[in-house]
Parts: sequence; C-alpha cells; structure tokens
Amino acid sequence: MTIYLMCFFLFVMGLYCLIAKKHLIKKIIGIAILDYAVNLFLILIGYKSGGIPPVLFEGMNKQTFSQQSVDPLPQALVLTSIVISLGVLIMMVSIALRLYEKYKTFDTSEISRLRG
Amino acid sequence: MQQLYPLFVAIPLGVAFLILLFPKSLTKLVEVIVAIAEIILLIMVIALIGHEPFSYFIGKWIPPIGITLVSDSISTLLLLLINIVGLLSLLYSFKYMEMYTSKIRFYSLFMLMVAGMSGVVITGDIFNLFVFLEIATISSYALVGFGCEHEELEASFKYMILGSVSSTLILLGIAILYATFGTLNMADLANSILANGINRSVLFAEGLFIMGFGLKGAMVPFHAWLPDAHPSAPAPISAMLSGVLIKACGIYAIIRVVYHVIGMTNITHIILMSLGVLSMVVGVLLAVGQWDFKRLLAYHSISQMGYVMVGIGLATPLGILGALFHLMNHAFFKSLLFLCSGAVEYSTGTRNLKEMGGLFKRMPVTSSSCSIASLSISGIPPFNGFWSKLLIIIALVQAEYYAIAAVTVGVSFLTLVSFIKVQRYSIFGDLPEKLKNIKEVPVLMGTVLVIFAVLCLLSGLLYPFFGNTLLEIARDTVIDQQKYIQLVLQVVP
Repeated sequence: MTIYLMCFFLFVMGLYCLIAKKHLIKKIIGIAILDYAVNLFLILIGYKSGGIPPVLFEGMNKQTFSQQSVDPLPQALVLTSIVISLGVLIMMVSIALRLYEKYKTFDTSEISRLRG
Repeated sequence: MQQLYPLFVAIPLGVAFLILLFPKSLTKLVEVIVAIAEIILLIMVIALIGHEPFSYFIGKWIPPIGITLVSDSISTLLLLLINIVGLLSLLYSFKYMEMYTSKIRFYSLFMLMVAGMSGVVITGDIFNLFVFLEIATISSYALVGFGCEHEELEASFKYMILGSVSSTLILLGIAILYATFGTLNMADLANSILANGINRSVLFAEGLFIMGFGLKGAMVPFHAWLPDAHPSAPAPISAMLSGVLIKACGIYAIIRVVYHVIGMTNITHIILMSLGVLSMVVGVLLAVGQWDFKRLLAYHSISQMGYVMVGIGLATPLGILGALFHLMNHAFFKSLLFLCSGAVEYSTGTRNLKEMGGLFKRMPVTSSSCSIASLSISGIPPFNGFWSKLLIIIALVQAEYYAIAAVTVGVSFLTLVSFIKVQRYSIFGDLPEKLKNIKEVPVLMGTVLVIFAVLCLLSGLLYPFFGNTLLEIARDTVIDQQKYIQLVLQVVP
C-alpha cells in the first residue's frame, strides 16, 4: 500500500511542478515526472512479490505458474507509453528551444503574446 | 470490405512515411499521391455506409486477447467526416501552403493526423485508442507550431502541456480499469462492469476519462488551449482541428467510453449536461468580444461543442440524434469558416476584423460562402445548423429541461449577434484604402469553399434522404450497449 501512496505522491509532485514552475524546462520535467508516475503505477499493477518471470519452461506446472508469474501485459503497455512520452518530450524540447530563439528567455511569464 | 478495414489506418500511415523520402523538387508528385490516398479512403468510407456492423480481429487473435477493430455506424459517421474534411482541406492546402516552406513535411504530418484520428475511431481496444489518440495529437502539436513564429510556438507549447496532462490522465484511467478487471478490450470491459456493477474504481476511472477526453475536446473548464492553438495553425489545419480532431478525440471517445464501456448513469448524465451548458455559455460570451477572425471562430467551436455535449448528456434518443447531427453539421460549417478566414488572410494578409471591410466587391466567392457558413452556425433556416439545433432544443423540452432549452436559444441568439458582427466588418461596409488591390483566391481554393457551402445547404435539406442510413442507425448504436458487446465478443468459429 505504501508504494502506491508514494506513486501517487510522485504524480502530485509532477502536477505541482507543472503548475507552479514558470521555467519552460522545469515544466517539461514536470510532464516527465507525471509520465513516470503513471508508468510506475502500471508496473505496480502487474507486480507480485516473489513472482517469477512470465516464461513457461518445460516441466513447469501450469497451475502454479499462472499463480506465481507476474502479469506481462502492463510491461508491454509501459514500453508503449515510454515510447510515446519520448516522442512528446522531444517535441516539447524542440519547441522550447525554438521559443528560446524567438523570445531569448525560458520564463513563461514573459512568453505571453497570446491573450484573451 | 471487412478484410480491407485496417487500411483506414494503414494507407495514411504508409503515405505519411513514404512521402518523406521524396526530394523537394517532386512536391507536385507528392501532392498527387496524398490526394489519391485521400480519395481512396473517401471511396472506402462511402462503400462502408449502410454496411452491416462487423469486427475485425488483428492477427486472428480472438477477443479479448488481441486487438479488435470495430465497424459500426457511429465509427462510419466519424470516418466519413474525417475523410470529407480531410480531402477538402488537403485540396485547399495545395495553394494555401505555398506561403510556408517544406510542404512535404506538412503533408506527412497531415496524413499522420488522419491516420491517428481514423485509428481512434475504428479501434475496439482502449489502450489502442490511447496510442492512436497520441499519434493524432502529437502530429497536431507539430502542425499548430508549423509556422514557427512567436505566437505559433507559444500556442503549440501551451497545447502540448495541456495535451500531455490529458493523455496522462487517460492512461491513468486505463491503468485503473485494467487493475480492476484485467482486460483492455472495450466490450469485455463493458461485460465485466455490467457483471460487477459500477464500483468506486470505475467511477474514478470515468472521472479521469471525462477530464482527459474533455481536455482533448475543449469542454469549458478545460478549454484554455483551444483559442490559442486553433487560430495559430495554418487555415487548413485549423479546419481539421476544429472540424474533426476535437470530435474524434474528444466527443467520440466520451461517447464510446460513457455509453459503451461504462454505461450511462444518472451522475454521468448530470456531469455531461453541466459541462455542455458551461461550454455553450462561456464559449459564446468570450467569442462576442473578439476582433481576431480566427480566434472568434475558435471560441465558437467551444460553444458549439457544448451543444453536442448537452445532446449527448441528455441521453434521450432525440437528444443523441440531434447531437450527432450537430456534430456533422459543425464539421462542415466550422471547417468552411476557418477556410474562409484563411482565404481572407491569403488575400488581405490580416485576420483583424477592424482592418477589413467591403470584401464582397473583391472576393465574391469567399464572401458568399462565408455568409452561408455564418447563417448555418447561427441557426437560420434552411441551413443545416438550424435543423440540428432545433432537434436538440426539442429534445430538451421533451425531457422537461426548460431552463436549459431557454439557455440554448439564448446562446444561439448570441452566436447570431457575433456573426452579424463578422459580416458587418468583413464582407459589407467600406473597402479600406490599402485593400483596393486584393484579388479573389485561386480557383482550387474557391472550389473547396463552394463545395463546403453546398454541403452546408444540402446536409440540412436532404436529411430525409441520408438521415436514416447515416444518423439514425448511429443513434441506435450509441444507445444499444448490448449490441456492441455482442458485436465484438461474438463466438468465432
């Protein structure tokens, strides 16, 4: 249970970083923390303490195998989600660099031409 | 047709990667390729209309193990809108995008967005839906910032931050549903939820989904990115974003999750209705005071999506029918309005309404199609917007929501006011001195505008001819959760 609470804490930290920080790069780090929290949560869903890898070798009992092995699907989901967040992260960093070229600052309170 | 169903994703995805290999000198060839791809997709969708619903198992894995693609009438409706608006925006962008560099990359991102949206609409697996959603939105982030000017980059960054938060929320919702029921197939999830009843974790997941998809669909407390992002994109992309992206990624996903996976409950009904009413009112109030043509249109997108959400939340057959009809009509008239604003910008170089005036004398095609779209969005008979708003209002009165019905009429009136302002300042009035020499847009762009204007008129008048095959069966699909479950989880020989 504690580990789920800590995972939730990580999520809230990411959200805090995203909302409270004015620096573009810090905002991007906030998004990354948010992603990690959800990925961690997905991994925790599949985890069993004392579990074995989900690979069926010859001679294993299928009944005990299905009870002991960890759930492999969340790991596949996490891989996909990591690749997606990598794509988003690259987009964000490149846009942030372009913004720096135009505005000469990373401060979001100075990057505010759009109003209303 | 069943065997060809994955091509709705495969063709645009393949084309998107293929055309990046061409050098810049072959831009004309690339344009021919993307146009042919879109025409093929459109023909395939038209062949799907009226087809029996079916499901396609990728790799012959029987659900709930593998990924399932589902074709029913509501996905056909959305596919039709995506490809009509997609093809016309593409034709429009051939000329329009000449003011930007690297057209090939633009087409590639465009096709990627089409692939993502088609994927969202046809998939029957909730994680797969998330992946396609990300494909569509990542390419839209890039397209919003395509001009690489100050405002565009800023809008793109803002959109990206809020978009990533919404994706994270959606992923968290999926994770919670998976933790509770151990399946990702939407029909199988629906089955489990029906068997176990709606417990707290399902409610939490539903809240996350409504937040996440509401952010993508720009419902009012989550709307902050839209008025920046949609005007900053190039006009054909604004048309795509407002015309179909917020529908496919926002409204459609909410319909699927709320009606088919979790099932409509009283509390969801209240939440969706309040979201809808809020969007409707706030959107239109913010729109009235705008002087930037495209920003005004973007606020109206929020307001009109509010109408759709009210109809969806009402959950009576007539309300859903009105919502789906309004969704289709909004795709036509809002795309047309954005393309008109692009045409005006193409000729005059400005988006500020105060600097325009008297465009009718110089640009008759653009002006008249813009007028038709304005009449449609304000709900003047006989254009399409009138009929769908009428359906929603009748549905509200039937369900005895008199106050909301009155608000709906009031919002419609305010919409009319703000579009009279647009007409007064752009089309009529006196032509300013520096705009004396402007010309009408090129023929291809003009043709696209005329086609959209005709669609606006016909989709209202010809309802008796297509309403049954396109919209009414879509409504029946939305309501019938059991039929959806049976469609996917059928026993496979």
